[in-house]
Amino acid sequence: MNIKLEDAHFTKPILHTRGLTVGYQTRNKVLELEKDLDVKIHNGELVCLIGPNGCGKSTLMRSIAGLQKPLSGGTFITDVDVKNIKPHQYAKLLSLVLTDKVNVGAMTVMDMVSIGRYPYTNYFAKLGSDDYEVIERSLDSVHLGEYRERFFSELSDGEKQRVLIAKALAQDTPLIMLDEPTAHLDLPSRVEIMNILKRLAKETNKAIFLSTHELDLALQTADTIWLMKRDKKLVSGTPEDLVLSGMFEQVFHSNAFTFDKRSGSFKVVHPTKGKVSLTGDGIQSNWTRRALEREGFEVVEDSDYTIHVLFEKNQWKLERNGEVYQCDTIGEVLGKLRKSFST
Amino acid sequence: MAAINTHILKPRLIVAIGTLLIICLFLLDLSLGSVKISINDLLNIVLGNPPKKSWEYIFFNFRLPKAITAILTGAGISVAGLQMQTLFKNPLAGPSVLGISHGASLGVAVFVLSSTALFGVTTNFQEALGSWGLVLFAVAGSFLVLLSVLFASSRISDSVTILIIGLMFGFITGAVVSILQYFSDPELIQNFLVWTFGSLSGVAWSQLQVMGPIIVLALLLSLLYSKQMNALLLGENYATGVGVDVSQTRIKLILTTSVMAGTITAFTGPIAFIGVAVPHLARLLFRTSNHKVLIPATMMCGALIMLICDILSQVPGAQTTLPLNSVTALFGAPVILAIIIKNKKMRGAF
Repeated sequence: MNIKLEDAHFTKPILHTRGLTVGYQTRNKVLELEKDLDVKIHNGELVCLIGPNGCGKSTLMRSIAGLQKPLSGGTFITDVDVKNIKPHQYAKLLSLVLTDKVNVGAMTVMDMVSIGRYPYTNYFAKLGSDDYEVIERSLDSVHLGEYRERFFSELSDGEKQRVLIAKALAQDTPLIMLDEPTAHLDLPSRVEIMNILKRLAKETNKAIFLSTHELDLALQTADTIWLMKRDKKLVSGTPEDLVLSGMFEQVFHSNAFTFDKRSGSFKVVHPTKGKVSLTGDGIQSNWTRRALEREGFEVVEDSDYTIHVLFEKNQWKLERNGEVYQCDTIGEVLGKLRKSFST
Repeated sequence: MAAINTHILKPRLIVAIGTLLIICLFLLDLSLGSVKISINDLLNIVLGNPPKKSWEYIFFNFRLPKAITAILTGAGISVAGLQMQTLFKNPLAGPSVLGISHGASLGVAVFVLSSTALFGVTTNFQEALGSWGLVLFAVAGSFLVLLSVLFASSRISDSVTILIIGLMFGFITGAVVSILQYFSDPELIQNFLVWTFGSLSGVAWSQLQVMGPIIVLALLLSLLYSKQMNALLLGENYATGVGVDVSQTRIKLILTTSVMAGTITAFTGPIAFIGVAVPHLARLLFRTSNHKVLIPATMMCGALIMLICDILSQVPGAQTTLPLNSVTALFGAPVILAIIIKNKKMRGAF
């Protein structure tokens, strides 16, 4: 691939938090959510912030963006302190996509995206030809080139989110921050949004920082993951390193599911009914294992157990106490098992 | 780019038709009344050879100031309504609905009635009407109520609840006015009550000299806010995100709204429902919420509707005139009902 382009990524820090402590201060109590945070995001880097519910992801995002006052420390974007700048300068450093509900009625997609050009336009928001160019390019890169004259309110949730991303792109800032951009979207839209963001980070060399609940997607797309823990210490690293170090298991530990290091996904823990041995290979064997686990069996590979499931020649063989049943589908296998366990 | 051009063409057509309509209705408003003056005679009066001397007097001292007042009032109160709807992110906001007009009334009542109550001096209501002092009191009154409602709305996000809060402020100011009335001269009270019905004909040239410049200036100023108001539509955080100083914009909007609503109310009395209904009419007609189009569109529609209401209040053929507020309510209240029924959740009504 183009090695020169790759080299240009991760060369300079865009966002730098210095001794950032975020949280809430009430009259007689200080609640610290994150203490003395010192992290960077570089150009072309896609960073996903993940963590359990209620650990303060949104608060951290808002504090970094300067929408909420940090308890101490500060955020620097391209070495400029976000705290002490004028609104229009701020808007040239950082663009936002938020979870705030946007009800604008009869605003067209074009109207919405052109709001992204506000930091660059005069009092009447008059758009020049280069502004139009930026807007067109932004719309194209989120695949909404044909939607210019459509009303924002009539779009689907996924399309609305893409319009807001186009608005942020049109703002042409070195850093884009998105607060849960995939929330409330269906799976194809979630994947599409993440793909778009990944591609944009590489193509535009912008730093992109987003928070999400989608662990799977984050693991597959992020360059770096910021993992927020309940003990106020944020861990950042390459997704794979975090998995291997056991951080994921530690943070998302629960009785209801376990984090499977091998597949990088979560498994629901079912109360176990007993052990079943399974032999056979191929994709069918894989899904048979999943079905058995879902049904509440612990699947083992040695054949010393009383129940034995064997897959060969496109058929399942179920052995129990010497009896052998032939099954054509996994459903049949489960049916037989249920019957034999209820008696 | 072709798509963008056709998009602009249609509003231009509507503006052309609208301007033509305003001119026609302006002439109609001049000609109708207790004496009907034909368009031909209107022309003769303007050219300096009136058919009757009394007609000339009626034309210059009553009809013309009243028609100009209609245009200024309609445009001003409607833009005030639009600014409030964007400021509160509430499709039901408007000067009369949220009690801003009541605030102005209170200012007027304090100015006019308290002089007898406190100092035992009888003020001439007609003289007081149009003085700078009265305008100042009315603007201060509307500013105070607007500020209070804004404060309340920062705690409550539900649009209909804010409506009720506005109503309560209306009751409070109403109660204060009643108390003031209790201590006042009966004739003054009579004048004050007639004023609360709303009327465009009370505005003479001398008063128009005060009202005209204020409203024209405020309207021109409001044209400068389209950018900030568009950003505010997306919400406070997004507006901050694109570099709009939200608190500064709020203060600007509150000031222009109170100046427009207060001044107009001081001269014409509280005018109901126009401020809420007209911005919706403009959105419907121009199919946009973009303030760059919407602000001038609202001015145009406001002027049009006010002229129509004034013409209707003449009761064609009769010698009497209806109270202006009953005509505007007949037009405006159904619009509000339609909005409530159409948007049960009141979302996306902008």
